[in-house]
Amino acid sequence: MWKFIHKLASPPHFYNLAPKLVPWFTVPGVLLVAYGVYAGLFLAPADYQQGDAFRIIYIHVPSAYLSMMAYMIMAVSAAIGLIWRIKLSHAVAAAAAPLGAWFTFLALATGSIWGRPMWGTWWEWGDPRLTSELIMLFVYFGYMALRAAIDDTAKADKASAVLALVGAVNVPIIHFSVEWWSSLHQGATLLRKDGPAMDPSMLYPLLAMILAFTFLFGALLTRRIRTEVLFRERRTRWVKDMVLSAKGRN
Amino acid sequence: MEGLTMGSYGAYVWSCFIMGGLVLLICDWRARSLQRKVYRDIEVRIKALGDEL
Repeated sequence: MWKFIHKLASPPHFYNLAPKLVPWFTVPGVLLVAYGVYAGLFLAPADYQQGDAFRIIYIHVPSAYLSMMAYMIMAVSAAIGLIWRIKLSHAVAAAAAPLGAWFTFLALATGSIWGRPMWGTWWEWGDPRLTSELIMLFVYFGYMALRAAIDDTAKADKASAVLALVGAVNVPIIHFSVEWWSSLHQGATLLRKDGPAMDPSMLYPLLAMILAFTFLFGALLTRRIRTEVLFRERRTRWVKDMVLSAKGRN
Repeated sequence: MEGLTMGSYGAYVWSCFIMGGLVLLICDWRARSLQRKVYRDIEVRIKALGDEL
């Protein structure tokens, strides 16, 4: 097991493995998106209170969930990089940040679009869920800006890892904000003690979209990590040999 | 037509789905273009080092 993890964490091994992994994420992701979009838009019935506006959850919920998952991947990888000094961990953290920022933006934008017809406002500053999610977007921006501001990769890894770990405190705040404080945002619909509060005709497309976004995120993250590895290892012998041998083949 | 207008919520719903698709496409395009750029920079550097020798 440890031998496998050790091998996976080796930059050349990961670089060569990544293109083989990507289709295993992309194909199921695309198929599930196709089903989820069709079922979410055309098969699921309109909600008795929200009408057709509820269909926005098929984009909003997967992107909100991914915004937090990407952050956890970033923070855990940063911690592993700090503690065990595994090179690939910092590459994972650096690769997860821009993707997390995009999905956080998507969650905020779709939430805002949903809020307009349902709450009568695009944004509510007093709402803890909205505000904490916006803070997470700023933490992502701060993380990326910090990395970009430091030329030395090792120093950038350390400084940004500390920021990622400090910002991780925001993730449980986002998740539990609807329980801890009074919020305009509705409470948990899926992760409830008594099971999901949704009819299966609405639930299955949502689960498909969550799974689809997770697979596609996996494909995007794998590609990003591969690029990050290539950039970090650009002065090493194996990268030079690989580029020269690829050139020789062409 | 009713499927497109979705009561009066069509503009809200469709804009979210289009935005979702765009974000996925932008992330995919950015991942590919970054990989190409880093690889090309390495090729240029190796060529420059080769010319120097």
